[in-house]
Amino acid sequence: MKPRQKRLIFVGLAILGIGTASALALTALKSNISYFFSPSQVIAKESPADHVFRLGGLVTTGTLKRQPDGLTVYFDVTDNAQTVKVAYTGILPDLFSEGKGVVTKGKLGADGIFYADEVLAKHDEDYVPPEVASTLKTAHAEGVTQSATTGATN
Amino acid sequence: MVPELGHFTLILALMLALVQSTVPLIGTFAGNRSWMELARPLAWGQLTFIGISFLCLLQAFLTDDFSVVYVATNSNSLLPTLYKVSAIWGAHEGSLLLWVLMLAGWGAAVGALSRNLPLVMIARVISVQGMIAVGFLLFMLLTSNPFDRIFPIPLEGRDLNPLLQDPGLAIHPPMLYMGYVGFSVAFAFAIAALIGGKLDAAWARWSRPWTTVAWVFLTIGIALGSWWSYYELGWGGWWFWDPVENASFMPWLVGTALIHSLAVTEKRAAFKNWTVLLAISAFSLSLLGTFLVRSGVLTSVHAFATDPARGTFILLFLCIVIGGSLALYAWRAPAITGGGRFDLVSRESLLLVNNLLLATLAVLVLFGTLAPLIYDAAGWGKISVGFPWFNTMFVFLSPLLILAMGIGPLTHWKHDEPKRLLRSLWLALALGLLTLFAAAFQLIPGGNLAVGFGLGMAAWLVAAHVISLAQRLRHQGGGLKGLGADLAGNSRSYYGMWLAHAGIAVFIVGVTMVSNHGSETDIRLSPGGIHEEAGYRFQFNGVEVTKGSNYDAFRGEFVIYQGDHEITRLYPEKRKYFSGGMPMTEAAIDAGFLRDIYLSLGEPIGVRGDWALRIYYKPYVRWIWLGTLFMALGGLLTVTDRRYRTARAVPDSAVTTTL
Repeated sequence: MKPRQKRLIFVGLAILGIGTASALALTALKSNISYFFSPSQVIAKESPADHVFRLGGLVTTGTLKRQPDGLTVYFDVTDNAQTVKVAYTGILPDLFSEGKGVVTKGKLGADGIFYADEVLAKHDEDYVPPEVASTLKTAHAEGVTQSATTGATN
Repeated sequence: MVPELGHFTLILALMLALVQSTVPLIGTFAGNRSWMELARPLAWGQLTFIGISFLCLLQAFLTDDFSVVYVATNSNSLLPTLYKVSAIWGAHEGSLLLWVLMLAGWGAAVGALSRNLPLVMIARVISVQGMIAVGFLLFMLLTSNPFDRIFPIPLEGRDLNPLLQDPGLAIHPPMLYMGYVGFSVAFAFAIAALIGGKLDAAWARWSRPWTTVAWVFLTIGIALGSWWSYYELGWGGWWFWDPVENASFMPWLVGTALIHSLAVTEKRAAFKNWTVLLAISAFSLSLLGTFLVRSGVLTSVHAFATDPARGTFILLFLCIVIGGSLALYAWRAPAITGGGRFDLVSRESLLLVNNLLLATLAVLVLFGTLAPLIYDAAGWGKISVGFPWFNTMFVFLSPLLILAMGIGPLTHWKHDEPKRLLRSLWLALALGLLTLFAAAFQLIPGGNLAVGFGLGMAAWLVAAHVISLAQRLRHQGGGLKGLGADLAGNSRSYYGMWLAHAGIAVFIVGVTMVSNHGSETDIRLSPGGIHEEAGYRFQFNGVEVTKGSNYDAFRGEFVIYQGDHEITRLYPEKRKYFSGGMPMTEAAIDAGFLRDIYLSLGEPIGVRGDWALRIYYKPYVRWIWLGTLFMALGGLLTVTDRRYRTARAVPDSAVTTTL
């Protein structure tokens, strides 16, 4: 084999490898991404019915309720326009509290309750996830401010 | 007055950096020796001024000078002294000051330890470092001055984020930054070589030890961060594929590739173009990491208060660095001569495979990290990439990497016979496959296919390296005496490689075992309640209130039995710091070589003293950090090799100079 041919083999193998890797990566990506939806979008049925997605907003004050088993909690998430009820079984992160921003990940049940299997923790109590911040801004821009039903503190 | 002095010395440092980035460089073109000789004193002056500035901030923290905004927002008079010091890098402004201090430290170390490098090279390297310093000092002075004052002066500070009040986290950022900033040396060497148009084996030899030391720091920094998040966040995980973790992992992957490709460039004068590109990428990814952390464009657990002006500045700086260095590369690359030739079966080929795989992994991590930004910008919706995706990528690609890693050290440079390799390695291959099948068919307890793959790879790796060592010693004919002679001087880099690769095997065992056999349970227990898990019995004795130096805490007591035998008592806490804010979970861990038992308090339920609790069983989890420790030690051993000392670039003493 001439050096030139060898180099071609190298380059060919490299391209093949990288091609396979990217094909693999993109296919796997499809099943592993989760979209973000605000409560308004969920109420407007823009979110998928049978796929995992993320729901974020503010936890409405006074709605955190613990079930008798001690581990399941219910709370409302709002973007100050619409509200979605969330159920979660497990221990809530330290920085979870009523009136603060939250991002949850899970599926929407047929009963309209969002069954979360993950509640995201943050390092800093004043931190608002960018998605939540933009959600609140959108809801605000649409002229639906501080609806009486939620009464959330911002 | 002291904070103003700190501010003033920062401005002086900027002035000096402007001189440093121009005068020695111009000197190298004009052939003006005295201008070039200014490089070293300038680097030392830089370190002095930034050092004074850093001491000023330290003084402000130690004396609780709450008239400085940064101190008022990140400290508190009740804070233990250790954390008053570490609070300096607890937030944005101070960590930048630490960044530039380290940059100046690395610059001064290059000046001090590279006595017999050509003066032209030193002048250019230090000039390039001066340019980086100009960028960062401007950034600090324009957008994030740590010495800003506040009026009226608060009586008490807001306290350091309680999560950061931890010895592990006190040293995690400095280690990580030493790694990030250390790659600036490799970058500066590459740029200096490009400016001169001369990339040769000598250049690779000069930058090798520096790159390895930076890599060692980065490795330790990442491991510390992982360890900290394991015990401090109360989630029991050791890696989350969080954007900020990825930001430190990408330079690590590229840095690892760079270490290996520098070896080829030094030994065989090949891969020159590629090595230069890797050096540029490693540092660019460090900058990108800084940008991702500081700009707040991505949702991350590392939530710093962010400011768009800062993000824009770093992005601009990033563009100048990447654009400028790539333009220089494009201009100079044609002048780079081709390297030594090699055959398909040769150590060069295997290192090429290593480099391609590591680069692919880095690109995949970059893509996964930036995908949410790409989707958002394209209007496809707001997404997040789940960590199973990252795991899948690594599970698919790392076996290839491990395979090459086992063959590489036994393969000759330039040309080797596949038959000879097979003769040397069949035992290792058989051992790996045997482990794989034994675990897959459950001939060993707790085996399954995934465990088989993991343990099989580790067995293959260890066996291949033992064979390599045996061959090496046989060739020298000295047996154990040969080992002693080797370690005494000449061949430490071989043993460094050996140790680092063994670290990978240890790491794989840890990851395999903890992902396949670890268990995590959320449970509600009443005082006196008992829970059984993984062969242990956990007895909950209830929770009492205790007091720390700057917090109140709920403290739970657990007695843990194995059979009837009490093995330990654990006391997880839930703390409430006086300065306010959210409660903090302090997990209690019974650490062991073969397993950790990990308990954390959730929240009280009802009125009878019941608590929601987390009980984790984590087999072999220590091996993950033990493996990274081996890698770091291996890297350190490598740089003590005599051949770098004859080049007199021995940066292991740089550690003391810069810290």
